[in-house]
Amino acid sequence: MAGEERSVKVKIDNVRKVYDTRNGEMIALNGVDLDIKENEFICVVGPSGCGKSTLLNIIAGLLEPTSGAVYCDGKEVKGTGTERGVVFQQYALFPWMTVKKNVMFGLNLKGIKGKEAEEIAMKYIKMVQLEDFVDHYPKELSGGMKQRVAIARAYAVNPSILLMDEPFGALDAQTRTQLQQELLETWEKEQKTCFFITHDVDEAIILAQKVIIMSARPGRIKEIVDINIPYPRTQETKMTPEFLELKNHIWSQVYQEYLEVRK
Amino acid sequence: MNNKNKTSKIPKWAWLMISLATAMVLWYVLSLIPKTSRSFPNLVVTFKSVFTMIEREVFWKDISSSLISVVAGFAIGFVLSLPAAILMAWYGPVRNIIEPWIQFIRNIPPLAYVPLVVISAGVGRKSQIIVITIATFLIMTVTIYQGVINVDETLIKAARVLGATDKDIFLKVIAPATLPFIITAIRLGSSTALTTLIAAESTGAIAGLGMRIRSLNNSFESAPMLLYIIIIGIIGMLIEKLVKFIERRFTGWQEKREV
Repeated sequence: MAGEERSVKVKIDNVRKVYDTRNGEMIALNGVDLDIKENEFICVVGPSGCGKSTLLNIIAGLLEPTSGAVYCDGKEVKGTGTERGVVFQQYALFPWMTVKKNVMFGLNLKGIKGKEAEEIAMKYIKMVQLEDFVDHYPKELSGGMKQRVAIARAYAVNPSILLMDEPFGALDAQTRTQLQQELLETWEKEQKTCFFITHDVDEAIILAQKVIIMSARPGRIKEIVDINIPYPRTQETKMTPEFLELKNHIWSQVYQEYLEVRK
Repeated sequence: MNNKNKTSKIPKWAWLMISLATAMVLWYVLSLIPKTSRSFPNLVVTFKSVFTMIEREVFWKDISSSLISVVAGFAIGFVLSLPAAILMAWYGPVRNIIEPWIQFIRNIPPLAYVPLVVISAGVGRKSQIIVITIATFLIMTVTIYQGVINVDETLIKAARVLGATDKDIFLKVIAPATLPFIITAIRLGSSTALTTLIAAESTGAIAGLGMRIRSLNNSFESAPMLLYIIIIGIIGMLIEKLVKFIERRFTGWQEKREV
C-alpha cells in the first residue's frame, strides 16, 4: 500500500508561524515542508509546544501562516473549507444539540436539510455505533461517546481529509484502544486522508503509514518514519519485533526533543 | 451522612411548609416582645390591613403601578443590554470605553442619582422607569457580556470548519451558548428591578408599593407597611419561579447548573 504512487492531497510549503507574545516573538513553526498524499494516514508526534497543533490549525485554515503556504488539491488554503474536516481533543460538541442535531449541523450549513440530512447523519451515527443515543444530549454521553459523535459529525460533511488534533488524548486507555481500532476500520473503508496529531508513540505507530517526528520549538520536521507494518493492525501488532523496534527509535527521537524543551 | 439520609426523606414541599411555619412562629414571637411588637404586628392584624388599604382605594393601584414601572424598566433595560453586551464583546474600543463607566455607575446606589433623574425627566412614571432601566441595564449588560466572551472558542472553530459563516456562528453558536447567561441576567435584572423600586418611587410617585411604604412611615402604620413589604417579597419569589421555569425549559442541556 505504502509503495503505490498517489497524488498529493495537501502540500505544506515552507510554512513559518511566528506568534507575537508579551515576551517578544515566538517562532512556533520554522520552514515546514510536507506532502500529504491521497488516502494517506499520517501521524505527527513531538514534545508539547512543538507546534503540532499550530500546523494542524494552519492546514484547517483556522490560522494563517506568517510565511509560506498550504495547498489543498493544488489550491492555496485561505480560511476553512468543508473538504478539510477537523476533530478536536475537547470534542467541541454543541451542548444544546442532540447527537443527531450535532451530526446534522454541517449538513444543514451545506444546504442539505430534512430527510436527506437525517439519513446521512444516521449513516455516520451508525458507523460510530451510537444509534441508541441519537436523541441524547452531549452531557449524557461518556468521553469516548462524545468523541465518536465528533468523528461522525466530521465525516458527515464528506471531507476529503480529516485533521485530528490529539482526538483520543483525554480518553482512558481502553476507550482509546477501541477508538483507534474503529478509526482504522473506517479509514480502510472510507479511504480518507488522515492527518493525526498525538503525543502517544504507540498510537502513532499502530495507526499511521508515516510518522512525522517534530523537533522542539521552533517546530520543524525532524524525521519522517515509514511504518511498513501491514493492515489490519491489532493489539498483537504491538508485540511484534518490528513494532517494538520502531517504537524504540521514535521514542528516543521524541525524548531527545523533550529534553531540549526542558533546557 | 446518616443525618443527610434522614433529611432527604422529607419531600421538598414539606420543607417549604416547615420553613414557612418556623417563620410564622418567629414572627409571632417578635409580635409579643415589647421592643419589636411595634414593628411586627401579628399575622391577623397585618393581614386585616389588606382591607384597610382596599377601602382607601389604593391597594390595587399601588400593586399595578409598581408592576408597570418594574416591568417597563426591566424590559427597556433588557432590550438595551443585549446589543450593548454584544458590542462590548465584539469591539475592543467599545468595551474599553464603556466598561469602566458601567463598573463605575454599578456601585452607586440608585437612590443617590434619583434627584438628578427627576430634575431632567420630571416627577412621575417617566423618572421611575428611567431609574429602574439604568439599574437593570447595568447588571444585565455585565452578565450577558460575560456570557458572550466566555463562549468556548473550540465551538466557534468547530462551526467554522463545518462551513459556518460569521452570521451562522452568531446565530447558531454564540446565541445559544450565551442563553444560560441571558437567563441569569434576566434573573438578576428582575430582582434588581424590585430592589430599586423604593428608590424609583421616591421620585414623587402618586402610587406604588415603595411610595406607599414611605408614606405609611409618616403615619406610623406598621401593619400595612409590613403587608406591603411581604407583597414585594412574594412578587420577587413569583418572578424567580417563572425565570427558573424558563431556565429548565431552555437550558436543560447544560453540563453544570449555576445555583
